[in-house]
Formats: sequence, structure tokens, C-alpha cells
Amino acid sequence: MESERSVVIAPEALDDLIGALRRRGFRVLGPTVRDGAIVYDELDSASELPIGVTDRQEPGSYRLEERDDEARFGYAVGPHSWKRFLFPPRITLWRAKAENGGRKIEEEPPNETQLAFIGVRSCELSAIAIQDRVFIGGKFVDRDYAARRDGAFLLAVNCGEPGANCFCASMDAGPRVRDPYDLALTEMLDGEHRFLVEVGSERGADVLAELPSVPASQSDVASALAVTNDAAARMTKAMPQVDLHALLAGSLEHPRWDDVASRCLSCTNCTLVCPTCFCSSVEDTSDLAGVETARERVWDSCFSLDYSYIHGGSIRASSRSRYRQWLTHKLGTWVDQFGTAGCVGCGRCITWCPVGIDITEEVAALSKQEEKSHAATA
Amino acid sequence: MATATPSELHPVGAFVPLPFRVAERRQDTGDTWTLTLEPEESGFAVEPGQFAMVHVFGVGEVPISVSGPPERPGDPIVLTVRAVGAVSGAICASELGALLGLRGPCGNSWPIAEATAGDVVVVAGGIGLAPLRPVVLHTLAQRDSYGAVSVLYGARTPADLLYTDQLEEWRSTIAVDVTVDAAEPPWKGKVGVVPKLVATAEFRPEAVTAFVCGPEVMMHFTVQALRERGVPDERIMLSLERDMRCGIGLCGHCQLGPTLVCRDGPVYSQADVGALLGVREL
Repeated sequence: MESERSVVIAPEALDDLIGALRRRGFRVLGPTVRDGAIVYDELDSASELPIGVTDRQEPGSYRLEERDDEARFGYAVGPHSWKRFLFPPRITLWRAKAENGGRKIEEEPPNETQLAFIGVRSCELSAIAIQDRVFIGGKFVDRDYAARRDGAFLLAVNCGEPGANCFCASMDAGPRVRDPYDLALTEMLDGEHRFLVEVGSERGADVLAELPSVPASQSDVASALAVTNDAAARMTKAMPQVDLHALLAGSLEHPRWDDVASRCLSCTNCTLVCPTCFCSSVEDTSDLAGVETARERVWDSCFSLDYSYIHGGSIRASSRSRYRQWLTHKLGTWVDQFGTAGCVGCGRCITWCPVGIDITEEVAALSKQEEKSHAATA
Repeated sequence: MATATPSELHPVGAFVPLPFRVAERRQDTGDTWTLTLEPEESGFAVEPGQFAMVHVFGVGEVPISVSGPPERPGDPIVLTVRAVGAVSGAICASELGALLGLRGPCGNSWPIAEATAGDVVVVAGGIGLAPLRPVVLHTLAQRDSYGAVSVLYGARTPADLLYTDQLEEWRSTIAVDVTVDAAEPPWKGKVGVVPKLVATAEFRPEAVTAFVCGPEVMMHFTVQALRERGVPDERIMLSLERDMRCGIGLCGHCQLGPTLVCRDGPVYSQADVGALLGVREL
């Protein structure tokens, strides 16, 4: 923690912060309450934040409740993740128009509006870093993602209120932010309601300079550290601490896949709420005359039957094989493909699974049975 | 802050196809056509074994292996396509002069340079001969660089055989052994599955590279037959088919365990993917 550059701001200064970003031309996006959930949307002012609201999460359950304070970030992550702005659910890739015996193909111009994300949690910074490796870290760059990602302002928030499905500490992805950010807030509710602000970039410092602030005292810094330490200590879920890559690679014919397949509905919810799932499909549209056509890219899921379809049938016809694909990819083969695992411990897949399948329980079952079979053969 | 705008930083995306025009069109079998496509403006060079994403405007896009690869970007590209779905059907139905969109080259290529000085055995099932045709053409063009070269080719019936005129031409220079799964008179050739041809093919197991493409079950039994001859897994090369939507490793559809077939493949050695192909529904 860079205590010498840290300052303390009042909750009211968040409005100045959003104003400072909007004046710089950013489209400011952050958490707000809509349809009984905390979602990410455009913010005009800090009054649209979920003030005094928290979420109660359980496997297959998400409910908002009132808090007995005015906390701005007193909740865990909801159904949205920042991926919906960096890798939107549907984009047009290009349009083509038949003219003069040929066809004029026009690529859709990339997003030119710079994005500012308010309240990015540590697990979400990790998820963005993972999608960076997928979309802009390899030989082929996803132009649309790159354009949205370039210059995105990241206002991080250290977590003080882990949900019942959070397990970021066991994935080394939180609750204290570590990945690059512009500014990082820690909300302190002990004594006077205030935020410790840490600076991660020059432009972060520029924005901060416009806000009323006071230098952080030693006790402010200590209290901020206690917020995340306390959050880590209160986190009840954990991913089993085993070599996940080896466990998954060695579990392809494990009986647990039949067990989880008997519960899994193949609904795709887990992949849609996952902040790192990046699979997509394409759709083509045409006017009635076939003169103007367009190609769109849409989110897809490895849980759909169509996902693996080739002539003759789907490779993964059973939900057993589709759940196995998802989990094995997320925790194992993602490393082979992109040099990092694909899970950050945010718990969204557990909360939004309609039957409450818990990724940590499934891994525990795989590792426990593996121990048993090892014991039997020893 | 960066002064360049996103569109300046990223001028062209990898999802935009290049226009090609159908210059020649030949029906090979009841459901398979070979098209020669000429680039309207610029095209791309293709290595043997690579594929292209072929777009029919308003219909869709599918990965198609290149049966006649352009050596230079302006050269025409030859595709052999079996009409089995909406897009492949629309490609096959494209008339002379029709415009298609192509992206590529995608994927890796057959290791034909590494096979130099040794023997070559090409084992193809059905439309699997299309991506192997560039290997055959290469060995014919560089005949002195290779030892014994043989093509083992199987189709369902005599009417399903591709490139029948070319097979006859190839026979004058290299060994060509053809079989069909089932036939009626007047077929006087072999009847049986293609892996059975491996046992009698002329090659030195210690010095051969096998190039194999066909249905996965055919490749499975071909690998068994090659192993029985003593060909090591490292020199049994397979070209795989998976669902592909982007062709550049970004959409996820072509995963086979740790590998993305469009990015890391489609050509793999049996040593690399044999264990993965053995897992049902992976």
C-alpha cells in the first residue's frame, strides 16, 4: 500500500469523482439497483449507487436487503460483470452491400468512447486481466475488445462485504486489489464514513487532485487494511488447494460428472454471468433481397448442444460432457491455451445456477474421490 | 493518455472477409464440388494443410480446407466442398462469377518439409482427400526429395471417389491404392475400408511420415494399422475437424482439451492428440 500517496475522501466526493471522469469524456459505468439486483449501468451521479443496499447470496439465490448504514459498496458482485462492456453480448462485426456486381464490405467502426468503470472488485480486475490474455494477448487481436479496453479507467474498490459464494482469497484474486488500476477505494464504516484512496496511475492522480481530500493518517491506512483482512477472514467458501490443472486432466472419466450432469440443466447461466467466459458465435442477417447483409457476434456457451456441432452431430451430446468441458476448461486447459486459469473466485456461477451447483463442491468431490482411488491402488 | 484513437490503433479487424469470385466450378461427386476462386483485390498465400473461413453473404461462414493452395497472395485458391449443411450447400451452389468472402490462411500446415528424404504415405477417407491433395501435389512437384510415396484412398462407393482423373495421373509417378466400402459391378477395384490398405503399402516404417485425414473412426483404425507396421506416433500426422466460428482462436468452439484446433491445429501428430481423441465426447 502506497500510504504516502494515499488520501481520504468523504462519501460525497464520489459525486465529484464521477463528474471529473464525465468532464474528461468518459462514459461512466458503475453499480446501480435495477430489477431487484445490483447491475452495472451508466451513472450520471453518485446518488445512483446502491446506497445502503446489500445482497444476500446463496447457491441458486440472490436477494437485496437494506443495510443499517449508508455504505456505497456494501455488497459483493451481482449478475453483471464488466465483460458486458468490454465484450458486449452482441456486436455487429461488419455489413456488406451488393453494388455494381460486387459487394462492398464495411467493418463496423470500433467503440471510440472511453469507458470508466466504477467499483471494480479485485476478482474483476483479475477477470479483465484474463480476458486481456484471450482477446489481445495472442497472435490475433480482437479489434472490438481492444478498442473498448484501450484507455478504460479502472476505479477499483477493495471488498469489505464478501458474499456467501465468494472464494477469491483461495484463487489468489482478492479481496484486496493488486492488478493495475487507476484509483482504488477502500470504504471504511468504522467511525466516520470515509474512503481511503490509493493512486495507481498518473491520470488517476489527476482525477483525484480535483476532489476534496485529506492525507491519510496511519490509523486510516490500518483501518483500510483491516477491511480486506476482515473480508478475507469472513469468506466461508474456498477452492480446494490442490493442483487444479493436474486434478482436472486426470479426472476426465470421473463418476462425479454423471452426478453433476443429473443436476445440471445446461441452461448456460454460469457461462453468461462468468466474468471470464469468452465463447462467442456468429449470426448472419440479410434483407429480403439479399442486397444488404450483416454479420453479428453474440455470446455463446459450451453448455449448448449447437456449440460443438459438426456434420454428423454434436461432439458433446451429453450434459455430462458439456459440464466436464466447462469445468475442465475453466480450471485446467485454460492454462494450456492462455497461460492462466479462467476462474477468479467471484462465485457468480454458484449464485446464478438455478439448481445451486457449487464449483468448489464439485472440485472437492473430484479431489476427494481421487484421493480414495489413489489410496485403493497404493 | 494515448493520443491515437482506437480505430487508428486497430485499423482492420480479423473478422472481415476478402471478396473472391468463383472462376471455375466442377462437380466431383453427387454432393461435392471443387471451386476455383480468384481474389477480387488481394488474396493470401496458403500452406498445404491450412484452411480458409469461407463466407456466403447472408447465409454464414464455415471452415474449408484448401485443396489447391495459392503460393502467392494473388493466386487463385481451390476448395473442394461437400454440401452437407446450409453454408456448405450454398458454397457448392455458387455459380460462376458469384462472390464469396474468404478469411485466412487459418491454422497450421502439414510438416512436408520435415518429411523430406523419407517415405510418404497419404491416407485419406472421403472428403479427407481434399486437405491432403496439396501434400500429393507437393511430392509430385518435388519427387526427387522423397523416397517411396503412396496414396491410400477410400470412399463409400465408387461414385463418391474424388479426383478420379487425377488419381490416374498420379499413378504414373507414385503408388495409388483405392478402395470403396461397398460397390456393385462393374467396379473391379478393392472393396473394404481404407485402413486395410496400410498393411501392404510400400514404405519404410522407420523412415515414413504418414499424413492422415478422414472421419475420426477411420483415422483411429488407420493409426492402429500404422502402429502395427511400426510407424512411431510422432510421425503419424492427423488433420482434425471441429466446429469453428472464428478461425483465429477467439470463439472457443474448436476446443479439444488443451488445444484450440483452429489456432494450434488442424494438423497434429498422433503423439500430441491420440490420448485426447480416445476420450469420448471431449
